[in-house]
Amino acid sequence: MTTIVDVADLTKTYGSGHQALKSVSLAIQTGEILALLGPNGAGKTTLISIICGIVTPTSGRVRVAGHDIQSNFRAARAVVGLVPQEITLEPFETVQNTVRFSRGLFGKPNDPVLIEKVLRSLSLWDKRKAQIKELSGGMKRRVLIAKALSHEPRVLFLDEPTAGVDVELRKDMWAVVEGLRAQGVTIILTTHYIEEAEAIADRVGIISKGEILLVEDKATLMARMGRKEMIIELQSPIDKVPEALGAYALTRASAGEALTYTYDTQKGRTGITRLLSDISAAGLVVRDVQTRQNSLEEIFVDLVKDDT
Amino acid sequence: MNLQGILAIYRFEMARTFRTPAQSIVSPVISTVLYFVVFGAAIGGRIEQVDGVSYGAFIVPGLIMLSVLTQSISNASFGIYFPKFIGTIYELLSAPISYYEIVIGYVGAAATKSLMIGVIILATAGLFVPLEIAHPIWMITFLVLTCVSFSLLGFIIGIISNNFEQLQLVPLLVITPLVFLGGSFYSVSMLPPAWQTVTFFNPVLYLISGFRWSFYEVSDVDVGLSLLAISVFLVICMTVTWWIFKTGYKIKS
Ligand SMILES: Nc1ncnc2c1ncn2[C@@H]1O[C@H](COP(=O)(O)OP(=O)(O)OP(=O)(O)O)[C@@H](O)[C@H]1O
Ligand SMILES: [Mg+2]
Repeated sequence: MTTIVDVADLTKTYGSGHQALKSVSLAIQTGEILALLGPNGAGKTTLISIICGIVTPTSGRVRVAGHDIQSNFRAARAVVGLVPQEITLEPFETVQNTVRFSRGLFGKPNDPVLIEKVLRSLSLWDKRKAQIKELSGGMKRRVLIAKALSHEPRVLFLDEPTAGVDVELRKDMWAVVEGLRAQGVTIILTTHYIEEAEAIADRVGIISKGEILLVEDKATLMARMGRKEMIIELQSPIDKVPEALGAYALTRASAGEALTYTYDTQKGRTGITRLLSDISAAGLVVRDVQTRQNSLEEIFVDLVKDDT
Repeated sequence: MNLQGILAIYRFEMARTFRTPAQSIVSPVISTVLYFVVFGAAIGGRIEQVDGVSYGAFIVPGLIMLSVLTQSISNASFGIYFPKFIGTIYELLSAPISYYEIVIGYVGAAATKSLMIGVIILATAGLFVPLEIAHPIWMITFLVLTCVSFSLLGFIIGIISNNFEQLQLVPLLVITPLVFLGGSFYSVSMLPPAWQTVTFFNPVLYLISGFRWSFYEVSDVDVGLSLLAISVFLVICMTVTWWIFKTGYKIKS
């Protein structure tokens, strides 16, 4: 694995005095999909804006494909595409022209075949002659994506690409992202939706109050998240787990009024059926059963809460 | 050098003009015709000649300058203010294009538009009065220099303006009075001596005077001085633009 975006000790204090980033370091791998998850005001957009050249960092260093974003800005920016969080488009321009403009701005000659391909992949081809102001919000967001793809970036930043987009369209966008990954494009997306990170990311980064709290493989996170607890409440309390149930990973809880069973939802067999029949065979009477999942949401909330 | 990028900006800006031809081209022509009717016909009937040139013909260079100056400023200032206002400037800032290339794109387009308007007005004027251009090369030189330097001024105004009102302020409150008081419609020698002295502090006087000289070889100030004035102005505007981009003033946070 090679690093394509290398962020080192990045800080940003805005003119207002607000410190939006506190020494952020992050290595983004070539070809991966990284989801940046964080609450409002965490600094996601600030981080992306600095990497893309829109905001000046207060200190720290960023390299894209080995090029420093300040001293070698042309080479660094040439490989980066950005889909901003806010919908910012010239209302009177046509879809086709604005996409063509983006490609030109990145120093590339017009390529009608490529532009057609991009517009078709985002279901915008029929709207190519329409003015931006005639489009719906979801369509405008896709125009922003088309603009970013028009110059064939190797690294694509999607700042909340699915905010205000319906479920159907969200799926379409994920498909586009998958297609780009297949072409080797590195994708960084920010989102508030944990399901979105789960659905498409390889790695998940959690950012809060200008700090990166964790960057982990989704598989590792999923394993954490995949663990589930079953709480079996008993009719009458017990002193110790009966010998007959020794084979199960059981612990006594609530002063012996309940048993806790931890299992992996990812496994083919969870062993619940057999456990329950063995419990009644051991002479215990079950009053109630609850399950609790350690979700990414929970991990996320825990991390963000710990930070306060 | 990102030539494609410069061209993309240039084309985009030119397309905007042709999307609203009524506002961009027709209206300056109509106002010129009105000036001719009012000044040329009404006043020209009383003032026969100025410095040996018929009054109608005398005011042509001033009229062209009036339009070219205001158009250069408003085109360029709007051109850069609009992306800043609606947020599409993110694309300029994240593209592999340098600041001076952005300036060339925007200022080039604004200057081209005002040059076109200048030529259209000249042609319109030709329908009313017989035109003679003694030094066509100098005429074009003055025109182009004016278009470029005032488009650059417009670009600066567009960047530092915080709202549409400020955008209108400079052309309205500064440029129009300076043009009117800079001898567009009269020769400075027609003024009382005290006012003549004041007028010599008006930078626009040097522009109009030099431009008029290229038509009729009559001028209020030496033509070399005119050329110097516009060159100095151009250098000042370039320096300010360079500083704005170097510091990211009002563009980047
Ligand atoms: N131009 C600016 N000037 C001053 N403060 C700013 C500016 N832009 C952002 N901030 C502040 O910096 C912090 C981080 O903002 P940022 O936009 O990066 O958050 P975010 O993680 O993208 O949030 P969201 O999920 O709401 O988009 C916020 O507290 C915000 O108010
Ligand atoms: Mg944001």
